[in-house]
Amino acid sequence: MTPAERIFAAALLDGSRPVPAGLRDGAGGPAGRRFGVYRNNVAASLTEAMHLAFPVIARLLGKQNMDGLAGLFLRAHPPSSPLMMHYGAAFPDFLSAMEQLSHLAYLPDVARLELALRRSYHAADADPVAPADLAEANPDRLADSRIVFAPAMEIVRSRWPIHDIWRFNTETGAPRPRGVAQDVLITRPQFDPEPQPLPDGGADWIGAMQGGLTVGDALDSAQRRTPGFDPAPTLALLLGGGAVVSLESTG
Amino acid sequence: MSNTARTLTVASAFAAALVASSATNVSAQSKEKCYGVAMAGQNDCAAGPGTTCAGTSSVDYQGNSWKLVDAGTCMEMNLPAMADGTERKGSLEPLKRDLPS
Amino acid sequence: MPEDSKAQARLPAAAGVGYKAQHFAAITDNPGTVAWLEIHAENYMGDGGRPLAQLRHLSRGFPLSVHGVGLSIGGESALDPDHLARLAQLVGWLNPAAFSEHLAWSTHGGHFFNDLLPLPYTEATLARVVSHIHQVQDVIRRPMLLENPSSYLAFEDSTWSEPEFLAEIARRTGCGLLLDVNNVFVSAANLGFSPQGYIDAFALDRVGEIHLGGHDEDSDDHGVPLLIDSHGRAVVEPVWALLDYTLARSGARPVLIEWDSDIPGWPVLEAEAARATRALAGIGQSVPA
Repeated sequence: MTPAERIFAAALLDGSRPVPAGLRDGAGGPAGRRFGVYRNNVAASLTEAMHLAFPVIARLLGKQNMDGLAGLFLRAHPPSSPLMMHYGAAFPDFLSAMEQLSHLAYLPDVARLELALRRSYHAADADPVAPADLAEANPDRLADSRIVFAPAMEIVRSRWPIHDIWRFNTETGAPRPRGVAQDVLITRPQFDPEPQPLPDGGADWIGAMQGGLTVGDALDSAQRRTPGFDPAPTLALLLGGGAVVSLESTG
Repeated sequence: MSNTARTLTVASAFAAALVASSATNVSAQSKEKCYGVAMAGQNDCAAGPGTTCAGTSSVDYQGNSWKLVDAGTCMEMNLPAMADGTERKGSLEPLKRDLPS
Repeated sequence: MPEDSKAQARLPAAAGVGYKAQHFAAITDNPGTVAWLEIHAENYMGDGGRPLAQLRHLSRGFPLSVHGVGLSIGGESALDPDHLARLAQLVGWLNPAAFSEHLAWSTHGGHFFNDLLPLPYTEATLARVVSHIHQVQDVIRRPMLLENPSSYLAFEDSTWSEPEFLAEIARRTGCGLLLDVNNVFVSAANLGFSPQGYIDAFALDRVGEIHLGGHDEDSDDHGVPLLIDSHGRAVVEPVWALLDYTLARSGARPVLIEWDSDIPGWPVLEAEAARATRALAGIGQSVPA
């Protein structure tokens, strides 16, 4: 009898279930470990996908730990779509819930950074605003305008030095992480996402603008949290990274 | 901040940022080269995982338990000392800063 | 050649390779005998960035074949309308020379398994696959190609042989077929049938594309060799011989080299394509065993 697809599917991810009935080898005998080929294909391909999806987590934990974690994760959270490029969205929360990893409490935020880098990599293209257009804009009106950001821009906020940790694990000779909290801005000037640490208050300012506030109102909001916040360095990162697509005047 | 001061702050931020960022703007002509990956032969790691239509002969042991072993760079990062002054490799205290809810 | 298989007329009867991003510069500099490229549809369903930019660039220099891995055409569930829409969009802007998918399923209960899973060949599954292919062809507005799987086991309830099952699907839907010669070799070894007999029974007039790839060797519970379709090494000699056997009967067809794991440098992959080019040039010049 042909096993229902649901029986086949359940047995793929659960090695403790019996091989579904109705499957045969070439000689008409039971399929036995031939079914294991499909089990291996699924688990091995998704384990490899997790290594490719979270290379920094994999480096931080080493291959053996990452293989084991991926094995647990892929069974708890199989992909929900064939767009493997976005696989692992549930991984940060999964890491948070792992008691054995509680002493490495920065891992979930590092995983969030890796997810954001992938989203940025695959995000829609957008031409940045031309510097000439900005230079010609009426300076008195800039505070009342709204910034339209590039789809590839991402912000990841953290209490941990996630940018330092990312660099230490991706760049040869990068310094050891410092004991600082780092909010990270990701821009994609061309095709490669570039993560950079934001000055204090920068993520508040950008976040408020993403929420729909004008440049000036968002600045007020950021300065209430970070008195004396100067938007210039953050704005330079945004413009340099091609993250500003246009300015919309509100008047 | 008064509206006038705010207008001035924003205007000067744009002026300063334009100068700072003009040096990093990449011309459209170099875009063609960027289709390829940054270094010859290098994998485009940022792309993340893809689909497969091939099988594997590597065996997965269908583990449903996992135990952390000492491995990886988290052991060698020598992250800063704990708040109580003890050093614990791979560990790091959360920094005392509130994130907006 | 069936008139409804436009794709067959458009992919050149020459050697192609499965495109990998790390080969971009080498391919654009010197493609050697590689005349066309194939991509996995799902890896180009992002919104933008380098993958789509590269694809746009490559489409100006090469005929492209879009090879889907995620439609789950052989599955019990209805095809995912979101995924069909993404496919229609990709095929719409790229206008590839061919679109192909697998006689397999990969999604159940909203979970995607990232593997090509087998189905029994019965009247019920035939009707299901036919209905799914009609749906795909309506959405992409062209005939597709359907690929034979590599098999590690058989279903005791199957009432059709695989070549007959595929031929009947093609007859009912007007789709073409993608004949993976390595899959034939792997399945034949694993299930104990003659690969030449399979080719003889195959609807070769429907074949719009041929695949070749490397496989690994394992063994089952009884120590019987079990070949794994790994796409992780060079094509073996018996598979090259089976290609010659096939081409002698089908005539020239587009032949693709697939290499998806342990991916080699461009010269190694190009050399495989060059060998396929020689096989195409040698059709009729020797009598295959």
